This record gives sequence, C-alpha cells and structure tokens, in this order.
Amino acid sequence: MSKAKVARKSTLIDMTAMSDVTVLLLTFFMLTSTFVKKEPVEVNTPASVSEIKIPETNILQILIDPTGKVFLSLDKQTDMINTLTTVGGELGVSFTTEEIQKFKIQKTFGVPMKNMKAFLALPAEKGDEILKDYGIPTDSTDNQFKVWIKAARATNQDLRIAIKADSKTPYKVIKDVMTSLQDLRENRYNLITSLKVESAN
Amino acid sequence: MAELQTNDGGGKKKKGGSKQKKISVHVDFTPMVDMNMLLITFFMLCTSLSKPQTMEINMPSNDQKITADDREKVKASQAITLVLSGGDSLFYYTGQPDYKDYNSLKLSSYKADGIRSLLMKRNQEAVLKINDLKKKKLELKITQEQFTKQASEIKGGKNTPVVIIKASDKATYKNLIDALDEMQICNIGKYVIDKITPAEFFLMKNRETKGAHAAKFGK
Repeated sequence: MSKAKVARKSTLIDMTAMSDVTVLLLTFFMLTSTFVKKEPVEVNTPASVSEIKIPETNILQILIDPTGKVFLSLDKQTDMINTLTTVGGELGVSFTTEEIQKFKIQKTFGVPMKNMKAFLALPAEKGDEILKDYGIPTDSTDNQFKVWIKAARATNQDLRIAIKADSKTPYKVIKDVMTSLQDLRENRYNLITSLKVESAN
Repeated sequence: MAELQTNDGGGKKKKGGSKQKKISVHVDFTPMVDMNMLLITFFMLCTSLSKPQTMEINMPSNDQKITADDREKVKASQAITLVLSGGDSLFYYTGQPDYKDYNSLKLSSYKADGIRSLLMKRNQEAVLKINDLKKKKLELKITQEQFTKQASEIKGGKNTPVVIIKASDKATYKNLIDALDEMQICNIGKYVIDKITPAEFFLMKNRETKGAHAAKFGK
C-alpha cells in the first residue's frame, strides 16, 4: 500500500537533543573528575582488597619509585610555600620570592636541598625532565626527608600522610621511609593501592 | 526543535497590517555538538574518575622500652610471625623461634591455599562471626555503624591470633601489601609490621642448610 511517490525529506538532522546529551555528559565529567596529577615517575601501585577511599584534601603524598627515589607532593600552595621556607631555614638555604613562586606551582617535588636553587632556576619543562633523576635523600646521614615531613606537619596539622609506592619497590626503601615517619611519631598513615577484585572467602 | 518563529512586525500587531512574513530561524547545533564531544574527550583523558584505594595503617611508636617488653609478651602468646623474603617467598613460624629445629620455620605462599588458609583456620571463630555479621548487614538488620563497631570488637577479641609481619630488605612493597591484605581478608585485627632481626635470618639460614647452621652454633 505504499505510495508511488516518496515525499522528499530534508536530510537535516536536528542536533539539539544530541547537544543536550553532550552538555549533560560534559557537566557530569567536570563535576565528578579530578585532574590527574603529573608525577615525575611512573608508579604502579599494588592491588589490595581494601576499599577505603582517600580523602581529597590535606594530603601529603610520598611517592616512591621502583628504584627507591622519594618524592613528595602537597595539595595546597600555601603549605608548599611555608614548608619550603621552613626546610630552607633549617638547612641553611634562603629563597628569593621568585624562587618561592616557582616552587609553589610544582605538582611534585623531590630535589636535594643543595640542588634546589639550581633546579628552580631551570625552565619548567627542563625541570620536569630532570626531576626524575633526583629524589629526596632518606638515608640516615642526610635525612632531608624527615625535615620535609616535619616542616609540612608544622604548617598543616590536619595533614594526612599517604605512601604511594611501586609494587616493585624494595622493602628497604619503604622501611627507611617508615622508620623516618616513626621517628617523627607519625604513626598513622595510608598506603595507596589499586583495587583488586577478590572475594573474602 | 532548534528553531524560532519570529514575526517580522515585532510584538505589537497593527490591525490593518499587511501579511506578516514568518521566518523560521534554524540554528545548526552540529558545531556545538562537535565542540562538546571534544571537551568530553579531553576530560575523559585528562582526569581520573576514581579515587585511589588506600589502606589505613597504624604503626607502633618508636619507643624502645615499650616495644621490647611487648614483643616478649606477644611472642609467648603463640603469635604468628610472617617473614617476607626475596623472590616472593614467605615463611612463618609460631610463637618463639626455635633455633634448634630447622623445620619450625615453614615455607608458605601468598596464594589462597598458602598463608590465608592457615590464618583462616587460626582465626576461624572471628571469621565465622564476621561472616554472620556481614549477612546481618546484607539483610539490613544492623546499620553500617553497628557493623563496624561489632566487627572491630570481634577482631580485637581475646582468642584472635596476633600476627607479626617482618620483611627482609629483599622483599618488595607488593609483598608487604599482599601480607597486609591477607590480614584484612582473614579479619585479623591485631597485626604489626616489625623490623626483621638477626633471629629471623638465622632461622632462614638454618632452614636452608637443614639444621647445619644451628649445629655450628649450638655446641
């Protein structure tokens, strides 16, 4: 019973609905997501069955790469500035306003104090490149890691410490870090893991 | 539809007005959709949706005199000591280390039939109770708060085993997390990460040499 003549239809598709959907999705993504922090080294965290989520703010993250280099990151810029000046004061390095400004926008830091000035003088891209070759010294002779943690704690009392280490990191480094934390009476901290799907039985 | 009907003559119509032209204004949304898709792609690639999981951990404080005392007490009470060694190997012994018997240090594994079955057996009472509790929670008989409170009570109960985790320098971070994971799976509330002592190395060497190492020192 079809008509012989098919009516000509315009091929214009109404995109309004499509636009609605995309805007909705976009809003969802913008509201729920957090930006991936740039990390100087790639770290694959081991899996665990733990389901506790890490809080978003007031986190002092200790990043440990497979070779045992230690990096730190703080989420508040004011904390960054205060921590840097405290640590600088303790280790006898003073910073200019310019250097502090540059330091506060760093996502992750981990340069020995004696290299810090030279590091901050470098342009940003170059700094990111060579940051992975440094790392904060944790050995007992020159434990700058302890100084950093202490300074960070003094700046922000609500800070939570989270250790994020690669699954291949030797325990020796973890032990050094944990002992340093214990020395500072930081006995509560979080270990960052990824989710493993496994039943308890 | 993305179109507007506009009257040429504006809002007020004159009575004797001439024919009004109806212009339909189609707005093409295709570029808008393009741009949105681009933004969505950008957000999907540059952000992490899920927050990483964490394990909360309480370490004992570094007070030397407390720990030395407590260690002895814990050991006497048939604690299980896990020794994490290199090459993903895992040893354990119960109670005080027996330096004479090289079989006192037993080899186990991180797999389900390894250390987990042992700990499950040791902690059977608590595991059963926790499972009961979980069932109750699923049936909505108790709230989440009650669940966590009762669970921690069970885990801290009198007859639950105490586990001491000692990792050697050769062990990896993954081994430590795996061991801690087993604690969670087996519902063990009392566990501690301790430094490895020469005693553990002695036991391992002894096991390797099947008692010859102890014989050397024993007499």
